[in-house]
Amino acid sequence: MLTAAVLNGLMYGAIYALVALGLTLIYGVLHIINFAHGAMLMLALYSAFFLFKLFNIDPYAAILIVTPASFILGYVMYRWGIGKLSKGRDQNILLITLGLSIILENAALFFFTGDQQTVNLSYGYDALDLGFVFLSYPKIISFFASLLICALLWALMSLTDLGKAIRAVAKERQGARLVGIDVEHIFAVTFGIGIACLGAAGCMLLPIFYVDPYTGNIFVVIAFTIVVLGGMGSIIGALLGGFVIGITESVGGLFLGESLGQIGISLIFIIILIFKPTGLFGSKV
Amino acid sequence: MTVIGKLKLPKAANGKSAGRKSMIFLLIAAVVTLVAPTFITNKFYLDVLTLIFFTAYIGQSWNILGGYAGQFSFGGVMFFGTGAYTSTILLTTFGIPPIIGIFAAVAAGAILGLIVGYMSFRAGLRGSYFALITLAFAELLRVLANSVEFTGGGVGLFLTYAPSLKNLQFDTPTGFYYFSLILLAISIAVAIWLERSRFGAQLAAIRENEDAAEALGIDTLRCKIYAIMIMGAMGGAAGTFYAQKYLYLDPPIAYSIALSVEMLLVTIVGGMGTVFGPLVGAFVLHMVNEITRNFIDTPGLSMIVYGVILIFIISYLPNGLMGLFRKRQDVLGGSLETTKNELESKDA
Repeated sequence: MLTAAVLNGLMYGAIYALVALGLTLIYGVLHIINFAHGAMLMLALYSAFFLFKLFNIDPYAAILIVTPASFILGYVMYRWGIGKLSKGRDQNILLITLGLSIILENAALFFFTGDQQTVNLSYGYDALDLGFVFLSYPKIISFFASLLICALLWALMSLTDLGKAIRAVAKERQGARLVGIDVEHIFAVTFGIGIACLGAAGCMLLPIFYVDPYTGNIFVVIAFTIVVLGGMGSIIGALLGGFVIGITESVGGLFLGESLGQIGISLIFIIILIFKPTGLFGSKV
Repeated sequence: MTVIGKLKLPKAANGKSAGRKSMIFLLIAAVVTLVAPTFITNKFYLDVLTLIFFTAYIGQSWNILGGYAGQFSFGGVMFFGTGAYTSTILLTTFGIPPIIGIFAAVAAGAILGLIVGYMSFRAGLRGSYFALITLAFAELLRVLANSVEFTGGGVGLFLTYAPSLKNLQFDTPTGFYYFSLILLAISIAVAIWLERSRFGAQLAAIRENEDAAEALGIDTLRCKIYAIMIMGAMGGAAGTFYAQKYLYLDPPIAYSIALSVEMLLVTIVGGMGTVFGPLVGAFVLHMVNEITRNFIDTPGLSMIVYGVILIFIISYLPNGLMGLFRKRQDVLGGSLETTKNELESKDA
């Protein structure tokens, strides 16, 4: 029972990590908290859902469409939206992204109604028998795909010139500007990458979850908890934090019951914020 | 230096005559709202007014901590929900009438404020971190309320309909209208007191520059905790009002993120740190609501409009709609703000 819960937690944890990765990257470089993160994830889920419903595109194949589209959306949104409107104040950005999430959530409610939507994949109920536990194929695919994307992102950040530029801007934006890096462009690219992570996460979440206009809210608290736990701006932290939260959730559900089991997440969030707000792997905020 | 300069400005700008003018305005407003039910024969409008007053009241509770003390909370609903459960459980389990229960709800809200405020402010949480931890506290309470026995769990609590003053239930909309009017009047009195008292000035100092306030000898921790306790007390009473009006309570209603958002929305749109900002914002919110409903009756549209208004206000009217009435201060406050922003962006 316990191993099954831990394995299940790991599966979800990888996707949580991907959601949190976008958030932590945006925070690490732009020093802004994107409150519209959940709403953007909801948008990605709907995109994958409609691609499946209208064009019969498998959600996992849709990653190749939704991820680049999300990148472009994120880039445009930051460059000509959030960046311009916020005038650089921390709380302004928090509130503007909050306004954005209100708009997106209610636009989804307006156009798609409040009904929960799910997809039925032909292989949706096939499961791998490990002897002591069944793991459904969608969960396994999502798990490894999430890990792969995390690895790609790490490679992008540490091996390419773009990654180097992003890290430079994160560390010292004036200095980066002086050596000729287009800081505004890098900001928008980072925001785009963060939203692209959500695009991928949405596609992988769809087969094992549902979507409605409020799905994002569920993940906002989870993603913030992971980011705070792992340390704002830390990729490794986000990955490990994702696993910890995934396991906490499923093991908590096992011991405390479905309803009370969710308490672990907000509890961890509060405790970490109060006792170690820089997180386990974070540098000084 | 900026702190002292900014604090003295409103007094110099307002002067004595402005104070008298607003007193006269308040008096007129009081008379008009008191006699309004005798002229408004359509009960629907009375109900809308009641909702506006209620939203303005809960917005004002957010304004105490968010507007006057500059500490934004994203989980303000926790006081509302806790107050609602307190008076409702006292009624359903112990038979204590809500007219007494509402004071218990106020106390419960204040105590919750003390706990949350002490824990998060002592840990030095500011800005976005404080906003997020209040969100987490509200979520925590929602999960708890959903899981324990005495709140009725996910099934919720049903209140019996027995209109009487003792039960704070009324068989006409007029009763609830006056109930909400009393709450609103109290909240406006609290805001006016903040604008004139030493405590209010201390909160303003914390809002403008916490480190400087600390250096001036202000006990910032104590002040912020008092502010969140006032917010909690006000939120608690709002919970009782809601429970007695709608006669049903469950965790998603009691700790809804939507209400947390609504209270900060109306305050920011109306004008943070102003006496009438929340009321103006609440009025605009419900007008938008009614107008959009007349055009297309699909849920979501009014909130889309409101989200756009919010973003517009934050970007172009940081002092909210009230800022339009106070041009003079607006200019001065704005310029100080920009200097501060420039300094901050240089630090970053």
